[in-house]
Amino acid sequence: MPLLPPRWRVLVLVLVGVSLPIAAGVAWLLLSGTFDRVHGLLPVEGFAPENWRFLREPIGGRPPIAVALVNSLIFAGVVATAEVLIASMAAYAISRLSFPGRSWYLGLVLVLHAFPAVSLIIAIFYILRLLGLFDTLIGVIIVKASLELPLGIWLMKGFFDNLSWDMEMAALVDGMSRWTLFWKIALPMVRPGILALGTFALLSAWGEFILPFTLIVSGRSWTMAMYLQTLLGEAFTDYGMVAAVGLFYAIPVLAMFLLGQRYLLNIYAGGAKG
Amino acid sequence: MKGISVRVEALTKHFGRVVALKVLDLDIKAGEMVAFLGPSGCGKTTTLLMIAGIYVPTAGAIYFGENRVDHLHPRDRDVGMVFQSYALYPHLTVFDNVAFPLRLKRMPAAELRRKVEQTAELLGIGHVLDRRPGQVSGGQQQRAALARALVKEPQVLLLDEPLSNLDAQIRLQARGEIRRLQQEIGVTSILVTHDQSEALAMADRVAVFSVGELQQFATPEELYRRPATTFAASFVGHPPMNLLAGTFTGSEFVADGLRIPLGRVLPAGPGHLGIRPEDAHLRGAVPGRVILVESLGRQALVTLALNGTQAKVVVDEASRPALGSEARLGYDPAALHLFDAAGRRIEV
Repeated sequence: MPLLPPRWRVLVLVLVGVSLPIAAGVAWLLLSGTFDRVHGLLPVEGFAPENWRFLREPIGGRPPIAVALVNSLIFAGVVATAEVLIASMAAYAISRLSFPGRSWYLGLVLVLHAFPAVSLIIAIFYILRLLGLFDTLIGVIIVKASLELPLGIWLMKGFFDNLSWDMEMAALVDGMSRWTLFWKIALPMVRPGILALGTFALLSAWGEFILPFTLIVSGRSWTMAMYLQTLLGEAFTDYGMVAAVGLFYAIPVLAMFLLGQRYLLNIYAGGAKG
Repeated sequence: MKGISVRVEALTKHFGRVVALKVLDLDIKAGEMVAFLGPSGCGKTTTLLMIAGIYVPTAGAIYFGENRVDHLHPRDRDVGMVFQSYALYPHLTVFDNVAFPLRLKRMPAAELRRKVEQTAELLGIGHVLDRRPGQVSGGQQQRAALARALVKEPQVLLLDEPLSNLDAQIRLQARGEIRRLQQEIGVTSILVTHDQSEALAMADRVAVFSVGELQQFATPEELYRRPATTFAASFVGHPPMNLLAGTFTGSEFVADGLRIPLGRVLPAGPGHLGIRPEDAHLRGAVPGRVILVESLGRQALVTLALNGTQAKVVVDEASRPALGSEARLGYDPAALHLFDAAGRRIEV
């Protein structure tokens, strides 16, 4: 096997050095979830299937893990779908149509993005109370999607800006309306953007903690992140189970990457020019 | 399918404060092929897009036959259009691209298949129908775009620089094919181009544009014989016409110390004088010196230095003068083109 050139060896060493703490964290998660006790990264006692007993029975006063899992899936799925849909439509309008206040609106979207979610949370709490959406999954979904939308709109606008006008003019001349043109011509051509935004939105919503933690109280609406947090807040923390729940929490994301990486990496290649 | 006449009345387009097209009047006969010729930014594409219905005119009217269409959505105008980039849908096969306008008209599947295959055969792309645009050659993409424009049997065919992305060889071939096809089906066509040879070769009549204004609308021959403005004179013809700015003094034109007899008497005043290199010769009276000789094959293009200005003359390769030699510019006075101070042709 050929050795790497010396310059590359240094580079690889640096990369390994930087990645080591993260790798160690993942390793600890794997080991702690699997074994009864762990010293550092060395398992000292045998396998501990009881770390995973949360799969069979509710732990303490908590709802069953299935409830949290389904809630998280709904939360992330709906947030990502809504975000992609709304951001695409808004971005198309900003990119292609001329309407009064367009540049003003564009600036406003950017300013909105500058507000940290946490600084708005008290106001959001009152608004949700007013709307009767406090302590409901749909309420948090709306909040999360709205907070992420500005970034999504800007991202999608970039993709739409790069589309050739010719293609749309051709579709109009061929007999399309603006509305069908958007769905059948413009959207398919920004598929890389939709995939990118959809993935980021899904991951961001899947890992979201602050919003559900603040805006949801009752157990039936818990998400996975909240379930995990309550395990850590106990007087006696069962680190084995924390690790096992953490692993369980990560499985859907890993599965998504394994199944979808072909699509995520494959930037759609299409030729308009000769 | 039979073409329809296209009439444009006092058409104007402003983009904010920019005037893209000043007032334009144009009458295109049914079945005619017209070229819009001019440099980029002259308003030719803007006019085409208004006829297509993509741009809304600032003022003026567009008629197809007797119907006023300038308020209609593009899909209700029954036009076919080919774009410079072809604008084929990359996620659809060539078949689906060509079928696209028919699907939007909800044509039954069997009839649709027959129409698409018929049009594809006509354009020689029948064997690539199941491929995607990215998988076929530039020439085939161009034909696919033309097939998509023709398949719905439009009243008017609009071609926006359809050949400029092709290699030089295929371009000449495609030029002839498009013209032959257009005459065969008799569809009224408008071709936008900045290439004068393309315009002259393909069109029945050519409209020359410059900075948002129509300079001349005439047959290629008329355009060459009797250019209406100095712009049309300098833009059409290869090599370009010699144009001098100077003063008419009765029977002579004076520019840069040169005195050029006109062979007729004109009212005195400033103006322009033009002579095509192929209408001039070296057996005349205006003294000059040969500073450059370029071979054109059978002929040679001679550049003369004339007392502070220059003129180009086409001579037979056999009689090409030596570099640096004295030569005397001559011309038939009837071949002179005379323009007034504003650049408009003076009819004699």
